[in-house]
Amino acid sequence: MSTVAQINKQDGAPELRRRARLLYVILAVAFLGLVSRLAFLQIVAGERYTFLSENNRVRIKRVAGTRGMIFDRRGQLLVDSRPSFDLIFVPEDSSDPQDTLRLLARYLNRDEKELLKIFEEGKSRAAFDEMVLGRDVEWSEVVAVETHQLDLPGVTLRVRPRRSYTDGPMAAHVLGYLGEINQRQLKTLKERGYVVGDEIGQYGLERRWEELLRGQSGGQQVEVDALGRRMRVLHEVSDVPGYTVHLTLDRELQATAYEALKGKEGTLVAIDVSSGAILALASTPAFDPNIFARGIKSEEWNGLIKDQLRPLSNRATQGQYPPGSTFKIIMAIAGLEEGVVQPESYIQDPGFFFFGNRQFRDWKKGGHGAVNLHKAIVESCDTYFYQLGPKLGVDRIAKWARAFGLGQKTGIALDDEKSGTIPDTEWKRKRYRQPWFPGETVSVAIGQGYVTVTPLQLANMMAAVANGGKLYRPYLVSKVESLDGATVREYGPELIRTIEMKPDTINRVQRALADVVQGPGGTGGAARSSMVQIAGKTGTAQVIEMKGGYVKTEHLSYFSRDHAWFVSFAPVEKPQIAIAVLVEHGGHGGEAAAPMAKKVFEKFMELQKPATQNQQVRADGDTRAN
Amino acid sequence: MQIDRRLISHFDWPLFLLCLALVAVSVMTIYSANFDLNTGHAGALPARQITWFGLGLIAMFVAISFDYHYIDRLAYPFYGMMLVLLILVMVIGHSGGGSQRWINLGFFRLQPSEPAKLAIVLVMAKYFQPDESARGYYLRDLWVPFLIVAPLVVLTLVQPDLGTAIILGIVFMSMILMGGLRIRSFACLVGTGLAFLPVFWHFLRPYQQNRILTFLDPNRDPLGAGYHVIQSQIAIGSGRVFGKGFLHGTQNRLDFLPAQHTDFIFAVFSEEWGFLGCAVLLLLYLILIAYCIRLVQRAKDRFGALLVFGMVAIIFWHVVINVAMVSGLMPVVGVPLPMVSYGGSALASLMFAVGVIMNVSMRRYVF
Repeated sequence: MSTVAQINKQDGAPELRRRARLLYVILAVAFLGLVSRLAFLQIVAGERYTFLSENNRVRIKRVAGTRGMIFDRRGQLLVDSRPSFDLIFVPEDSSDPQDTLRLLARYLNRDEKELLKIFEEGKSRAAFDEMVLGRDVEWSEVVAVETHQLDLPGVTLRVRPRRSYTDGPMAAHVLGYLGEINQRQLKTLKERGYVVGDEIGQYGLERRWEELLRGQSGGQQVEVDALGRRMRVLHEVSDVPGYTVHLTLDRELQATAYEALKGKEGTLVAIDVSSGAILALASTPAFDPNIFARGIKSEEWNGLIKDQLRPLSNRATQGQYPPGSTFKIIMAIAGLEEGVVQPESYIQDPGFFFFGNRQFRDWKKGGHGAVNLHKAIVESCDTYFYQLGPKLGVDRIAKWARAFGLGQKTGIALDDEKSGTIPDTEWKRKRYRQPWFPGETVSVAIGQGYVTVTPLQLANMMAAVANGGKLYRPYLVSKVESLDGATVREYGPELIRTIEMKPDTINRVQRALADVVQGPGGTGGAARSSMVQIAGKTGTAQVIEMKGGYVKTEHLSYFSRDHAWFVSFAPVEKPQIAIAVLVEHGGHGGEAAAPMAKKVFEKFMELQKPATQNQQVRADGDTRAN
Repeated sequence: MQIDRRLISHFDWPLFLLCLALVAVSVMTIYSANFDLNTGHAGALPARQITWFGLGLIAMFVAISFDYHYIDRLAYPFYGMMLVLLILVMVIGHSGGGSQRWINLGFFRLQPSEPAKLAIVLVMAKYFQPDESARGYYLRDLWVPFLIVAPLVVLTLVQPDLGTAIILGIVFMSMILMGGLRIRSFACLVGTGLAFLPVFWHFLRPYQQNRILTFLDPNRDPLGAGYHVIQSQIAIGSGRVFGKGFLHGTQNRLDFLPAQHTDFIFAVFSEEWGFLGCAVLLLLYLILIAYCIRLVQRAKDRFGALLVFGMVAIIFWHVVINVAMVSGLMPVVGVPLPMVSYGGSALASLMFAVGVIMNVSMRRYVF
């Protein structure tokens, strides 16, 4: 043996040669294994598999998991899923699919062309996949199909949970809607078990909270015979319902807000000033999410996206408007904090302000006379803030506006939020490659020019003004629960920043805001309520620049009328809730927007009362027991 | 470049003809897998596979043209290039089917994990080229090879491409065993590997975990992965002894099979050609592999023998894992059937591998 090895040494590798002999054995064993397996499948079990492939077919019947419910802050149901019936057709199960569909059309009193069209369009799907002839069909049609089942091979009904929005369009922009999963989403989400035809949140909370609301689909692997009749269930996986989501929204307040806005284009946002919880968020015109749940028709969809009034846009988070006079709150705070304003000193307002050789007019012809800071806010004197603007300079104005969250996304859990714009010299240089002109600061001082904000930002700003400088991130979901009531996630206040201000500053501004509503000559008198002391600021955002004289709103064409603002909080003594209202083309803020805020404030107080009364009753009961 | 005349007369015709036969099976089955009864066309894929075969031929002749001893010098640069390409995939890669495996080169997409398999063989052959000591290698002697291979495996795992990572690992194991790792050390390694399985498990994507669990318990996911395995078995089984005939496979026609022209092509082939067809196809592989083992024994030197062994190990493990997976003997991992599954990078790499084998084969007579 050793001599052989020595001979081999010159032209090879003896160790490798030895091991290679073992390789033949491994190779033989492995291939024998594979061939045995194939022999088993193809010869021993071949008959059964042939049977399975020709006569019997293994099908998958999927059952989507029931989507989670959505409740308001008091446990009132906002969104639910209820059973509905889809009309399903598997053409391979019918010897003559077209004939079957013609018969079906007759039983259902439907146009057979419509059914045949769906059939033609669905031809490219994989064999034995289901074709959906109709979603959420009417009860009479369910009965018709059930009765004639034997004449309709391949036609079946599938029970499917259908999304139901209790209050229709009331909170449409917050809740959102579901739609069939599209090709792009399918590509990225395939791994998570989505298949063609699945419904997925396409807008609002339904979209953002999809993962938690969705649940898991289950289904059955069944053996069916040549006519598609179920022979036996091979395997079954039960579906898992989605999580229940509790919102910070108050259904009653939301209803009040929606009712107040109905018929106008606008938005109302109500925020809990101590946490940033959104109590109401309405945007009009709205849409009814229920039409998406039953399967939106293409005319309806086109109607929605082509509507000039943009019902699909959430004006609270996506509408960017000049803040107008509501911006004076920021100006006043900036002026006081930067030491530019002596609160008790007066200026004389002749009704206009000259900067260089350009004249800026006050909204009030003839002016406000002698004006100090308090009166300037109460009467919304433009001239006072015109002269303050250049004294502060745009960069300091921008600093304070941004401190209150203006010009930035709030980070609310809704998609496609817009940021608005707070201009400064840096921004202008980047955006227009131009220096900032001091004259532009004069427009900025009354919330015009380049300044734009979203209504949600202004509501949040008011919450911070009301609570003394704490800026919270607005949130909508307070708790996520599993079906058995276990808490899955919980959300509370998230402080973005505390804005450092002198107590005197905040006191003065709050007092002035209170007098806007309560005091003589205040622009927000329309919000005065006997139930609750309200503080606020009106605003009028110019849509087009006015040239020449003063024009009455009524004399302008609808789309060139100004937007009306009212931003506010209440109660004055111990603020609890902040509200921003915007009415597009509503004219003056005091007239159009302030009464809407008042309605919601009053509703809020009304809702507080019974709770305290109940507590009293309980307390009384306790005393009696003692 | 001058080519020795003796080389031409020593051209390895058997090996070449075996490859040709496999590629013929490939194009035919890809044609069938994509054949549309309504239109009577099979799309662009069969022709594209033929184009790839052309490129593969060039790769093969490049691999033959120089003396394989140059590979000694090229091994590390080639390895480095693969490393760079795999990192590039991560950065600018093209995703498909949930993982990022391709680099788009405009006219085609390169999947660098395929040539990476070759890199392991080249580098290991170089490393184990010197004569081994009589006592064999202990694990502690081999930390360098482990260090070399680990980045390749990790980079394919994060793509994530479990199939390729397994092939890389298993080919590496084969190489160090052939190179002289002591059996006892190997057992030790396997033991440690098993102990670390839970950690490894943690790094798998949910769908990969799902596939493995599904294999262990087919009832677990009867609607997803389990469904594919069952459909694949129905396809193979219903082919019976003689098959349903070319273009007559119903499982394939009716879109029951997943990845029918790539990883599951064997099911398409089995359904149409039956047990006899499968036996012939497996026989082709058997002859190819046995022929190469014979070359391992007859190679001129240790380096050549290791090169041939590594290349044929790649082919062997692909065949075994793919057929076992498709016929339900193993969990579903993405491993193609060599030379037959559709896929350009794989075909070209394999033809390069065969070129290297031929190179060693032809030069065993030249001194």
